[in-house]
Parts: sequence; structure tokens; C-alpha cells
Amino acid sequence: MVEWTDFERATIQDIFSKIDYDIVGPATLARCLVVYPWCQRYFGNFGNLYNAAAISSNPMVAKHGTIILHGLDRAVKNMDDIKNTYAELSVLHSEKLHVDPDNFKLLTDCLTIVVAGQMGKAFTGEVQAAFQKFLAVVVTSLGRQYH
Amino acid sequence: MTSLTAKDKDTVRSFWAKVSGKAEDIGMDALARMLIVYPQTKTYFAHWKDLSPGSAPVKKHGITVMNGVGFAVEKIDDLKAGLLSLSELHAFTLRVDPANFKIISHNILVVLAIMFPNEFTPQVHVSMDKFLAALALALAEKYR
Repeated sequence: MVEWTDFERATIQDIFSKIDYDIVGPATLARCLVVYPWCQRYFGNFGNLYNAAAISSNPMVAKHGTIILHGLDRAVKNMDDIKNTYAELSVLHSEKLHVDPDNFKLLTDCLTIVVAGQMGKAFTGEVQAAFQKFLAVVVTSLGRQYH
Repeated sequence: MTSLTAKDKDTVRSFWAKVSGKAEDIGMDALARMLIVYPQTKTYFAHWKDLSPGSAPVKKHGITVMNGVGFAVEKIDDLKAGLLSLSELHAFTLRVDPANFKIISHNILVVLAIMFPNEFTPQVHVSMDKFLAALALALAEKYR
């Protein structure tokens, strides 16, 4: 079981209550597809991903980015049992979507950078540590049902 | 991994020109952050009395590291040759596990996102990420 301090719990709830999902979600997925272009392999039917400008203005990327970010809501609401909360999603990513679990970390690194850009100085080292710990638990849980 | 394209080098050089004035602040914040977020990195600094974010050794070393990055920007056309002596330093004297280069690079990128939210676009991000990875590779050159 993951142990969360009061600070970590409060920080995660705070961040997710303040971010604009419709900005952060799209920005995160777009950044991921630009910075780690091999991740585009999962989005063959998303149309124009030829360059950074196309990716950043692609409406399918934007829509999917928001969906992914909302996927984190479950973990935010169930911090004491993220592992089981994501069992089904883990199976989905493994069996149906065939996503390399190493790619989860790439997406969460981009999310960290986007949230850092949004929060500015408020994204202190301590806040970053809590946020990255949370995302690491999410990533591990999503990779758990792979076999 | 691929090498730096001409476009990457231009992007890095022009972005660095914009941010180099704040190099010291970037370095200090990135190093302080690394010690907090990745506590295992503190093992390399057991000889410092004070590892807290605002402390003198952390500040000084953050500046040293970031000056190294600035130096690498100048040597961007041949990082392997340009960083030879720095690589020898890291390989034989400091013996920093190269896995940690990724860690400090990540924290530099986080600080750039915080300090330059408008300039640190996805295009700049990818070129800087590639550059820091190439830098790390050049730094690890002499390890074995």
C-alpha cells in the first residue's frame, strides 16, 4: 500500500482542482507527440501529425488529451487504492490498445512539464515530488496487468 | 538516438541566447529540485554540510552545472570533442552514474517550463531534450 503524507494528499487534490482540463490535457498529449514522436504509433487514424504546429492544432489530439487527463480523476479520488482502481484500464491498455508501458512515463513527464508551466513558482520542489510520486503510482498501476 | 539536426542546433542556440541571462537561477533551482524530488542523488553530496535548497553549496554547484550546459551549447557542433575533459572529470574523479544525467536534465526542463512558459514550446522542448541527451552521452564517453 502506498503511504501518502497529508501534504501529498492536499497537494494532489489542490493541483487537480485548479488545472483547466481542456488546456492541460491537449497541451500534454500534443507535447508528448512532438517530443517523443514514436508515440504517434498509437494514433494512426488521428490525421495530420506531420509537424509540431499540426499536432498542436489537431482537434482529435486535443479531444483525446482531455480524455486521458480525466482518466487521472479516478486515481485522484481513490489515492489509497490506485492499484485496483486501474486494474481494468491496465487490461485495456495491454490487451486492446497495446501501449508500451514505458510510454506512460513519457506522457507523465510531459504532464509534469505542462503543469509546471501553468503553476509557475507555486510548483515548488516539494510539490513536484508529490506530483511525480502520484504519477509514478499511476504508471505502475497501469502497467500491472500486462503479461 | 538520433543526432542533432541543424534545426535542433539553431533552436537550442536561439533559446539559450534568450535564457542564458538567468543561467544561474536555472541551475540553482534545477539542482535544488533534484535533491528534493530524487533524494537518491544526495548520495553524491555527502561532503556538503547543508543540502537544503537555498544553501551556499547547492547554489554554487547549480551555477557550476549550468555553466557547463552553457559551455556545451558553444560546443554543440562537436560535443564529444568539446566535452572531453569534462567527461574525464565525471568518469574518473566524480564517477556520477550516467543514469543521473537524465534526472538533472528532466529538472532543468521543468525549471525552463516554469521560468519561460511562453518560450518553452513543444518544439523548443524537443530540441532541448535532444541536446541534453546528446550532452549526457558526450559526458559519459570516457566512462568505459
